[in-house]
Amino acid sequence: MIINHPLLGPRDASEFTHLGDESMIDRPDGMNEGAAEKFHDYLYLRDNPAGKYRELWYHEAGDRSWLVVTRDTVTHEIFKVELARDVARSRGRSK
Amino acid sequence: MRYSAFGILKQGLTGNKGWKPVWREPEPKKSYDYIIVGGGGHGLATAHYLAKVFGGKNIAVLEKGWIGSGNIGRNTTIVRSNYGLDGNQPFYEMSLKLWEGLEQDLNYNAMMSQRGILNLAHSDGQRDAYARRGNAMLMSGADAELLDRSAIEKMCPFLNFDNERFPIKAGLLQRRAGTARHDAVAWGYARSADLHGVDIIQNCEVTGFQMKNGKCLGVQTNQGLIKAKKTAVCVAGASSRVMEKAGMRLPIESHVLQAFVSEGLKPTIPGVITYGAGHFYVSQSDKGGLVFGGDLDGYNSYAQRGNLPVVEDVCSGGMSIMPMIGRARLLRMWGGVMDMSMDGSPFIDKTGIEGLYFNGGWCYGGFKATPASGYCYAHLLATDTPHENASQMRLDRFIRGNMIDEKGVGAQPNLH
Ligand SMILES: Cc1cc2nc3c(=O)[nH]c(=O)nc-3n(C[C@H](O)[C@H](O)[C@H](O)COP(=O)(O)OP(=O)(O)OC[C@H]3O[C@@H](n4cnc5c(N)ncnc54)[C@H](O)[C@@H]3O)c2cc1C
Repeated sequence: MIINHPLLGPRDASEFTHLGDESMIDRPDGMNEGAAEKFHDYLYLRDNPAGKYRELWYHEAGDRSWLVVTRDTVTHEIFKVELARDVARSRGRSK
Repeated sequence: MRYSAFGILKQGLTGNKGWKPVWREPEPKKSYDYIIVGGGGHGLATAHYLAKVFGGKNIAVLEKGWIGSGNIGRNTTIVRSNYGLDGNQPFYEMSLKLWEGLEQDLNYNAMMSQRGILNLAHSDGQRDAYARRGNAMLMSGADAELLDRSAIEKMCPFLNFDNERFPIKAGLLQRRAGTARHDAVAWGYARSADLHGVDIIQNCEVTGFQMKNGKCLGVQTNQGLIKAKKTAVCVAGASSRVMEKAGMRLPIESHVLQAFVSEGLKPTIPGVITYGAGHFYVSQSDKGGLVFGGDLDGYNSYAQRGNLPVVEDVCSGGMSIMPMIGRARLLRMWGGVMDMSMDGSPFIDKTGIEGLYFNGGWCYGGFKATPASGYCYAHLLATDTPHENASQMRLDRFIRGNMIDEKGVGAQPNLH
């Protein structure tokens, strides 16, 4: 698989490590009510779809940026690659 | 038809014309007492034990494709009970004991061959960890031996003992471990289940559940609605997709694992050997092919094929521990979709929905588990209580903080 890095262009997927579901960007607030249940769902439960999937990859052997890759888990086709920080900021984080 | 040496002789002398199909192809009935979703090894084993040991009647196994088309027909066939943790080891030792009597139980040749598994250790720390694991195995009633370098040299002179970075320091040997013929395991269970009256229905995909007042009353399929008092899902890599139809999110990700077979060679590798510093394991099939594999590809996948970086990684692992295989040509490679759980251990449990049961999360180690998984799942279905050896394999173990994390890497399925 080739991941089209937004800053560095097309890179071989073997330069990256895979963390998993993009929802891990949205870490629950540990001080809120029901935090234990929320953390359980956040850490352990997954949608795990067959088809389009948004997931976190880390460019470990490169510029060490975190990316959100939109990929088909059935064909391995990659549709979109974004910087994870842009995705987080677009959701109102660390403006 | 019971198989016997006399029967084979008679068939051989009469042109093999008397063999019959070994299971029926019935039409699905309108309703059953038990529906088992998924005709892989675990589903078929569940049907066999449910009918034979627990006296279950009116049972169907529904399989989307043909039986044996999933991971049961794709794995590298290693059978062992060399786990370390309490929640796992007694279960896997129970499974190994069932393997030892399986062919008599099924009257079917599953080619179970107890040729042993040798886990190599490449540092003092790793040797200590294997000593501890061996003790845990002994305490569960399994066999384990710690070998030193000279004993391994006698057994496997072809290994690379003096690799500068990863010399071979010791090995953990389980002699009762080995390999079995994967397809034959599916066929043997299917035949036995059929003989006990189980309907095996192929090309029958479950597309949804019939629910009423929080109860599961049966399944929707491409062959219509089929009702059941109890519905037992065990669809391995498809677990999340099927349970989503019941509104459940699981602690599971689906990942692809590849396997490889070389051309046939003369007998050279005595049992199963695993490399402790890279991820590589190998055995030699009775036909002579080297059967080997290594790591997951590492990303979520429902494709029954992987990519080339892992091929390179597995082969370089093989070369560093067993340089002699460098000249063997690769004959075939393929992939299977693994139901990777968040702690690397499986589930055999009720769900929050009455009448609906779940078995899955087998990661890449579910072949060896086939007999015990079937037995314990049948126990749960028949009695509504978990079998003592599967009592920790619960869906709610994460919220309770009772993970069964053999590797100690946490909720990172691609690392288990
Ligand atoms: C390459 C590879 C190597 C492996 N090596 C080993 C090993 O050496 N040792 C070991 O112990 N384990 C190994 N495993 C793991 C082992 O094969 C699996 O854990 C085990 O086979 C899973 O259980 P099963 O046999 O029931 O799964 P499967 O055979 O996959 O059965 C599940 C069945 O469910 C069916 N299904 C799916 N969705 C539906 C639906 N909606 N309706 C009806 N049916 C459905 C599928 O078609 C499939 O037939 C390996 C796996 C792979 C892929």
